[in-house]
Amino acid sequence: MKTPVSPLLALAIAAFVPGVVSQEVSPDALVKNITQEVLTIIKHDKDIQAGQAKKVVELVQTRILPHFNFTRMTQSAMARNWRIATPEQQQALTREFKTLLVRTYSTALSNYRDQAIEYRPLRATANDTDVTVKSEVRQAGAQSVTIDYEMEKTAAGWKVYDVKVGGVSLITTYRETFASEVRERGVDGLIKALAAKNRQGDARFGVSNT
Amino acid sequence: MDVARKIVAILLLAGTLAGCATTSSNPADPLQPFNRAMFSFNDALDKAVLKPAAEGYRAVLPGVARTGVSNFFANLEDVWIAANNLMQGKVTDAIGDAARFVFNSTFGLFGLIDIASDIGLPKHNEDFGQTLGRWGIGSGPYLVLPILGPSTLRDGAGLLLDMQADWVTQNSDVATRNTTYAIRAVNSRANLLETTSVVEEAALDKYSFVRDAWLQRRRNLVYDGNPPREERSRTDFPDSDSAAPASLKAGSGNNADPGAPAEQPPQRTGEIADTSAIHRTSIQ
Repeated sequence: MKTPVSPLLALAIAAFVPGVVSQEVSPDALVKNITQEVLTIIKHDKDIQAGQAKKVVELVQTRILPHFNFTRMTQSAMARNWRIATPEQQQALTREFKTLLVRTYSTALSNYRDQAIEYRPLRATANDTDVTVKSEVRQAGAQSVTIDYEMEKTAAGWKVYDVKVGGVSLITTYRETFASEVRERGVDGLIKALAAKNRQGDARFGVSNT
Repeated sequence: MDVARKIVAILLLAGTLAGCATTSSNPADPLQPFNRAMFSFNDALDKAVLKPAAEGYRAVLPGVARTGVSNFFANLEDVWIAANNLMQGKVTDAIGDAARFVFNSTFGLFGLIDIASDIGLPKHNEDFGQTLGRWGIGSGPYLVLPILGPSTLRDGAGLLLDMQADWVTQNSDVATRNTTYAIRAVNSRANLLETTSVVEEAALDKYSFVRDAWLQRRRNLVYDGNPPREERSRTDFPDSDSAAPASLKAGSGNNADPGAPAEQPPQRTGEIADTSAIHRTSIQ
């Protein structure tokens, strides 16, 4: 005999499922939800409050990372040099750059001190596949700092491919460094430089070096 | 004014160097050897003096008090910010800045409390370098000033006027003036401790990281947050000339911002832009 499903539950599922399929989360709602979720965790987690970098990295990896397109970010920071890199080099670059960005983001997050974040209305139409989600962080005695997320629509949902803080693009800021590194030491030189930079932080972020 | 004279000397030197230097590969930074030396000097000075002082200041003074100090100095700046907005033809913003000064100086207890922000008068960020940018003057080469940090030829020139307009500079009592300078510098540095810790974490080459962030930041400020998209920003896709997916190309058009100023300062090259946040407050 089949277990009877509560009519109410069935109704709820029926109402919910089509919603999930046809209407994915809008990019601004996505950014807002994740930010609030992560900041709430940071505020209440004793280990993070005590300065445990490893916990913040874990938080970034589980909650934030899935919403970033790191391959595109690396490709974009590499600009023309992406083409001269072999697929293996591209993979290594993406891996090292990802580690660096995760740690940078973690450092920035652990500095969070209860600032108020405001979101500006999204200026986009339903058909847009590339949007900018704008937010602002208020701070004492200074103009508020804008944080803009450049996002693209993919089959797996909206993904961030650049973050601009106060008009400063993360990717653009790396582009020149990457270019000069490749010019002077080649793609492998850049991979080595990124790996060396990451190794410097290993101890602090709780990665063993054995 | 002593500092002003030093800046003039450096600007002249930089101008001369820019005339003959062609060694650097970055067109926005022809003075790189000079700048790198100056950057190392500033960095060493920061590590030895300013950063420890800022850390001590932060350890001693509670957050509320530090906010009060930040607000106090920020309030004094609002008059000059209003003047710059006026010079840029942004009358509404200028009136807002003036109103901020009036409200915060009175109800905000001599500027210690920023009540204006809470009643819908947002703080602006303006200086004479931005005004020059708004008037169509390109930023010129990137320039690292001793002690004052990242700047450009144009913004360094703007700084001369900013300093003349600075209330602290106008204080005739030398001891009081220098003390005020010191407190302001330490307070600004304390506000930047987090930022610099992120930069340390993020940068492969701190010099070029700060430079490229600074140049973008200044450009963004000149356009009040709505800079026109740079042409090269889409060359970031190696295949943009042929095989870029439509979804990647779609972005190039829809960010054209109606809020951007109608007149766009000519840029010498696509790369010479204004620019970054990191050391901005130390200049103000």
